Parts: sequence; C-alpha cells; structure tokens
Amino acid sequence: MMSKSKPDDRLIKLSLLMVALTAITVLAVITIFIFEQGLPIMLKYGLKNFLFGQDWYPSEKSFGLLPMIVGSLLVTLGALLIGVPLGLASAIFLTEFSSRRLSRFLKPVIELLAGIPSVVYGFLGLMFLVPFIRENLGGPGLSVLAASIILGIMILPTIISISIDSIRAVPDSYREGSIALGATKWQTVRMVVLPAARSGLVAGIILGMGRAIGETMAVIMVAGNAADLPASWLAPVRTLTSNIALEMAYASGEHRQALFATGVVLFVIIMILNFLANLAARKQSGR
Amino acid sequence: MSELVTSENIIEVRSLQVFYGLFQALKNVNIDIQARKITALIGPSGCGKSTFLRTLNRMNDLIEGSRTEGRVIFDGKNIFDGDTDLLELRRRIGMVFQRPNPFPLSIFDNVTYGLRVHGQTDRTLMEERLFHSLQAVNLWDEIKDRLEANALSLTGEQQQRLCIARVLALGPEVVLMDEPCSALDPTATAKIEDLMYQLKQKYTIIIVTHNMQQAARVSDYTGYFLLGELVEFGQTDQIFTSPRDRRTEDYITGRFG
Repeated sequence: MMSKSKPDDRLIKLSLLMVALTAITVLAVITIFIFEQGLPIMLKYGLKNFLFGQDWYPSEKSFGLLPMIVGSLLVTLGALLIGVPLGLASAIFLTEFSSRRLSRFLKPVIELLAGIPSVVYGFLGLMFLVPFIRENLGGPGLSVLAASIILGIMILPTIISISIDSIRAVPDSYREGSIALGATKWQTVRMVVLPAARSGLVAGIILGMGRAIGETMAVIMVAGNAADLPASWLAPVRTLTSNIALEMAYASGEHRQALFATGVVLFVIIMILNFLANLAARKQSGR
Repeated sequence: MSELVTSENIIEVRSLQVFYGLFQALKNVNIDIQARKITALIGPSGCGKSTFLRTLNRMNDLIEGSRTEGRVIFDGKNIFDGDTDLLELRRRIGMVFQRPNPFPLSIFDNVTYGLRVHGQTDRTLMEERLFHSLQAVNLWDEIKDRLEANALSLTGEQQQRLCIARVLALGPEVVLMDEPCSALDPTATAKIEDLMYQLKQKYTIIIVTHNMQQAARVSDYTGYFLLGELVEFGQTDQIFTSPRDRRTEDYITGRFG
C-alpha cells in the first residue's frame, strides 16, 4: 500500500492496447497467409472444380473437395443430432429439476470433459466404438457414425454449459408467473423458459457446431478418411480438417497449395458459423 | 360460487404459521376474507404480508425449506390437504406480481397461456376469453390491433394490466396482488386502482401494499402485519380512523415503518 508511485492509467491502457493488437495481428497474419497460399490455386483450377469436384487426386492435379466438404458437414450434422438433444436435456435437468447440490457438483464435472485431449476421445473411439459398430452394424467400423458419436460427446460440454448459463439467465419472475397460472414445472420450462432462452441456446449449439467442424485428431482416428463421398452412415469419410492434417507432412507444390485451399474453405465455413452465433447472441441482448 | 351473498367468507385462515427453516415468518394468523371485497394487507418490509399472500395459492411451496402449519379453508376445503389439486387451486386463486412479468411471447400467447396449460385447445373459446379479459382490464382498445406483438413491447402499466388479464382469462374467484403498483408511476397507479374497483364486482381481491394511502383508497378491509403477526384486522375506515391497537396507530400515523 505504500508504493511510491502509482502506475499511470495511460500507461496501463497503452500496454493493454499493445497486447490486444498483438492478438488481432496474429489473426490477421493467419488469415492473409491462408488466403495468399490457398486462393491462387483455387482461381487457377476454378472455384467450381474445388467446391464441386468429386475427385481428390493431388498427384494428377485433381483437387475436388466435395467429398471432404460433405464429410465435414455430415459428421457435424451427426454430432449435432447426438449432442444437441443430450446437451439440452442435461442442461434442463441441471437447471430446473435437479437439486442445487447435485447441479453444483455436476456442472464443473461436465466442464472437465472439455479439458480431455481430443486424442483421448479418438483413442477410446478406436478401441471401443469402432469395433462395436463393425461387429453390430457392419461396415469397416471407421465411419461417419463413429465420428458423429465421438464428436457428439465432445461438443456436450460446450452445449451444456452455455445452455445452463442461458437458462439461468431467464428471470425467475417468468417461472413464478407461469406456476401461479397453474402450469406444471415441465409446461413452464417448455412454454416459457426455453423460448425465453432461445437465442442463448442457439448460440451454444452453433459454438458446439464450430467445435465439431474444427475437430481433427479424434476424427482422423475413427472416421476412416477415405476421400470419397460416403455412401452411408457406416461408410468411411474424410473431413476438411483431416484432409489437411493427413497430407500436410508430405505435400509440396500445388498439392500443398490445395491443402491451403482446403483451409480457405474451412475458414469460410467457420466464419459463417461465427457470424450466425453473433447474430443469435445479439438478438438476445437486444431484447 | 357466484351465488354467495356479499358478506360470505370466501377464505378462512386459522392458526396459520409459516416457517422458513428456523425463522418463523407468520405467527398464528387468523383472518376471514370476504367475497367480492378488496382486502388490503399493510405493514413494514419483512412483516410477513407477502408470505401470507403467497401461502394462499401455495406459491410458498416453491421456496426451499418453507413449512406451513394451520389451515386455510377455501371453498370448504383446507388447501393444505394432501389431495389438493395445486394446478386447479392456482387457477381459482390467481396472482399478480410486484413487477409486471409478462412472458416474452406475443400478447395473445400471454393472455391465453393459462388456458393452454390447463389443456384448452379451442381457438374460438380462447379468442373469446382473450377479448373479455382484455376488455375487463381496459386494454382491448389499446392493443387489439397488435395481439401478435411481443408483450414486452408494452409500457409498464400496460404490462401490469396484461398480467391481470392473463389471470382473469382463467376465470378465477380470488385475485392476489403483491404490491401491483410499486413499479408504476402515480398516473399508472391510479389506473390500476380504478381497475381494481371495477373488478371487485366479480372477484375477491387481496392486495399487499406498502402504500397506506393506496390501502385507504381502494380497500374495504385492512389487515396490519408486524413481525409475522396480524396485529389488527377490520374495516378499512375503522383501521385508519380509530385503530384499536397502539402499534397500528403508530404505523399509520407514520411514527415508524
């Protein structure tokens, strides 16, 4: 308390500004680098060939990304089909139906799930899930389904904890008003609380989606990675992120640039998702 | 129930005690509420008047650690009996809160909410109830053209009237009001008070208020709560002109509270 001189606020402001600028600069550099490396080859061989071509044979200058785009969207959709109902149900239970003590214990545990490295999820999937699918449902086991299930579990913490926050942000006066009109607890949740928390829930789902589409390691381990359009949920699949990770080590020349082009596509998809998330979040605060 | 003569008791409270954990919020309260009258409950903050109100439709059940003893007889039946249908009880004894709390839904969905949770699906009937209850709170002409608008777009006073309409749509017998004007300005307060005066033709109203002038203006009966005790209860004129208890006199003359 006896410090001789207090740091000037302007100094603090300046150094914080520098730190903030560093982060923004890094983001800008990454963006520029990806586009600088990836865009020229996309323009050279035609945007249409990249986005809608079905054949990925880099050695023969054939750079069709459609199987990977479809793959990424499929496993993300699958992850949402599994993660969203489970996540919302958990969040509703923990906020509205469980005892305070149980939810105080369980919420941090669920958030801990987010801290498990993705390679561990992938390993567990490879050891248990993939053989299970192979033996019970058929196919090679390495499949859209396996990737969807693993990703569905991986996005649970994101969806649950954001849903919990947005459900808790719904004023109690809504719940009281509904109960006082003779509604049951479940009616109150379904007809008032969830609609009131809607934009927060949507934002949580979109962030979970972003996590699913960006995940690489766990997906590589369980998805099979064939660069073909998958014929069914049990067929192997390759995602955009897997495409980059699998081939980066040995790619050179135009092949390497095509991987950056993959990054460009992924970047644009994620930007769109983030934009949607921001839109949903802003809608909530604007009310 | 509508055939009751005007002096009939609609609610009889006997030896009511309410505890929150170890704290006793209400001590041996006995009171008779008359049908189609306005009963005002006054008293300083924390005196138990809101607790009393929330006991009548068993909203206090929602508070963890709350415990109730005694009897509240409504329509010949103790509401604490195990076989009480809480959903039906809350339909018959409606509640209006301190802060207007319309749901973030359309005006239509707000007013018909109670009907829908009680299983009503008939659109014609809902529209009819919507019309009558919005008329009853003098809101119909103001908002009939924007029933699909979000209820949160209304002014505070309109929102509070909407909340009253939402209760009336269920055809209640009793309407509990927990400081319904405390979030409103004087003009809006006057409108709500006028409304209460109209409503007592058909409904029994129990209002908790901080505002003694309000109690004196609108109510037929007044109860004064202090530290969980019902100190005095009687006709409003009598309470305000010749209180029997010294503590009531101190309060209404503004010596404390």
